[in-house]
Amino acid sequence: MRSTVFRTCPSTGLKVDRDAQALIKANAVAAVIFLAIGGLFGLSVALTRWPDVHLLPAHWFYLALTAHGLDVLLLWIIFFEIALLYFASAILLNCRLAAPRWGWAAFGLMLAGGVLTNIAVLQGESTVMFTSYPPMMAAQHFYLGLILFAVGALIGCGIFFGTLVIARDEKTYQGSIPLVTFGALTAAIIAVFTLASGAIILIPTWLWSLGIVSTIDPLMYKLVWWAMGHSSQQVNVSAHVAVWYLVAAMLFAAKPLSEKVSRGAFLLYILFLQLASAHHLLVEPGLSSEWKVFNTSYAMYLAVLGSMIHGLSVPGAIEAAQRQRGFTRGFFEWLRKAPWSNPAFSGMFLSLVMFGFLGGISGVVMGTEQINIIMHNTLYVPGHFHGTVVAGTTLAFMAVTYLIIPLVFERQIRFPRLAQWQPYVFGLGVAGISLFMMGAGTLGVARRHWDITFADSILDFSYPPAAFLMVTLNGIAAVAAALGGLMYVIVVVASVFFGKKVEGKIQIAAPMGPRVASTYGSAEAIRVPGTLVLVAVFFVAFVLYYFVNWKYLSDIWPMR
Amino acid sequence: MAITPPTRRLWWNEPLHRFELIWIVVAFLWGLVMFFMMIYWHAVGGQNLATETYRTTPNAFYAKTEAMVAQYQVRDLGGLPVVKPPVGADVYLVGRMWLWYPALELELGQTYRLHLSALDLQHGFSLQPVNINVQVHPGYEHVMTITPDQTGEFSIVCNEYCGLGHHTMLGKIFVVDRS
Repeated sequence: MRSTVFRTCPSTGLKVDRDAQALIKANAVAAVIFLAIGGLFGLSVALTRWPDVHLLPAHWFYLALTAHGLDVLLLWIIFFEIALLYFASAILLNCRLAAPRWGWAAFGLMLAGGVLTNIAVLQGESTVMFTSYPPMMAAQHFYLGLILFAVGALIGCGIFFGTLVIARDEKTYQGSIPLVTFGALTAAIIAVFTLASGAIILIPTWLWSLGIVSTIDPLMYKLVWWAMGHSSQQVNVSAHVAVWYLVAAMLFAAKPLSEKVSRGAFLLYILFLQLASAHHLLVEPGLSSEWKVFNTSYAMYLAVLGSMIHGLSVPGAIEAAQRQRGFTRGFFEWLRKAPWSNPAFSGMFLSLVMFGFLGGISGVVMGTEQINIIMHNTLYVPGHFHGTVVAGTTLAFMAVTYLIIPLVFERQIRFPRLAQWQPYVFGLGVAGISLFMMGAGTLGVARRHWDITFADSILDFSYPPAAFLMVTLNGIAAVAAALGGLMYVIVVVASVFFGKKVEGKIQIAAPMGPRVASTYGSAEAIRVPGTLVLVAVFFVAFVLYYFVNWKYLSDIWPMR
Repeated sequence: MAITPPTRRLWWNEPLHRFELIWIVVAFLWGLVMFFMMIYWHAVGGQNLATETYRTTPNAFYAKTEAMVAQYQVRDLGGLPVVKPPVGADVYLVGRMWLWYPALELELGQTYRLHLSALDLQHGFSLQPVNINVQVHPGYEHVMTITPDQTGEFSIVCNEYCGLGHHTMLGKIFVVDRS
């Protein structure tokens, strides 16, 4: 057995396992590389949708769209999540990482799988979109790469579970695991379900591409594939909610308002999020309405309830902490005097707000059985998930990077000015992408479509002029988001490879306010009026937008 | 802090704050409203997607479509037959690379049983500018009852990626007022 080497973090006092540190670095670096590649593909897609630019020829557009989904939705996010799992287990629990050699094996498998699938796509024989719906068939190594990647990620989850067991056995912490680790545990549990579903469908599909299995039923494929495809988004939600709590704790020493409520909300994710495969099957033949209604609503919206609870408890925790630190005036002094120039905070808070307002509301509305008829496969769908996965998950991961670089990489942030503006540029761009695609989708514009003027068709059709405005604005917003993404990559690469070594203790926490005697924030008398105003605004927006879409639905042709 | 174990070991016994409880109740009730809204719409709403589905094969479905075209074709639209089926009839629409076949002429306010299936890959039936979107699978025949309530020329876009000619795939439904 190899001996574990620890260093003690001068800033937090945590014992850091060197093996865990090296694995976190490797996974995070791989994640950022795939973000850069996938982001570039995404920009080229948006510039092609912009009618006056129309950058790529058709076959390149569909290839780039396939690669974009693969590189950012799968590779960037899961590599980063594996890094987060190791961080939330080994580092936060003061523990050695279980089986670091397996960690490197997992990393190698994921990297090999990711590269193999990218090669398959770039060879041009696997332009099947990220979803690869049969009977459309990709080259066999497209599926093989995905399977290798999934096996690697599964091993990573196993190492996380193993580390939790070791920490418990070796009593490296007292009582229950921290909330952030609990959130990571939620993500890992859902990830196991997700990756198992992926294996169940991708292995037969791979055999089909090799000619060993004769047919893959397209409906069955979608049902099982989305048990991976959508549940993996719930992994992302759990992971980025854990990141919100993490950033709030590091900057403000924020305590959860109630451990019970926050953990209960995570538990709702584990229990109900897996039903979401139905979101992709609402306008499919062959499934009953009862099945659709029950599954699409996560059994009466119980997983949505989980997110709405976090929507109160995360800003609530920050408000309570800020009030305790002296920012007690009015409803919003705590928010106004928050460290908006610290990219870890601005990124985290923008992620929280945009995930709720853009991604969250639109997801519930689109996932309503009947309303899906006016949205399925329109640009509304990517509009929605750029609100969740990009504005929510990606921005949260970017925010926590600004803490991981000094703490785990032990490097100072280079170009702090650039870093300070990065979440705003990226956030604004992504908000635009999300909103304008949803706007185009509301006007009926198809997703995954190279030419919305239908110039080469034997029939004539054109979307309304407003749709062209929407995709143009989407292109402009994508340029802003790409700029924000580039700023992130520059800061990360410059800091990690050329940053000054961190010596001694660094200041992470946000500045304190005026010291005043206050009962705010004490465990007995927490008051968070500002947060209550925020959730009230959210709730009103949610209800109004929900019923507006029923109105839109009632305007289409009667059908039954 | 959220990055340290809970301060109180018995954290599950801590009382709930009142505003947290209120928000949980509000969010839960709102979930119930949204859940029962879907069921309510099945009872009284005019727009619900039918679930009537049959197993079929591309050949069998295409044969039924061709029989309908032979019987009810009224004119020709640049090589694409335009079919005017009787009111209330079974109407067949094929999605294939890269055309919705055939074009249809329907009457305002009349009800038709629309059968959808695909011959090769999955396609996306997207009726514009009405904005009705339904996924179409090969091997499955999906039957829905539609009642056009606007006159004019409507286009069927394909909104599921179906190969390099995907963006050229269109179809037509004409709705005419005979009254």
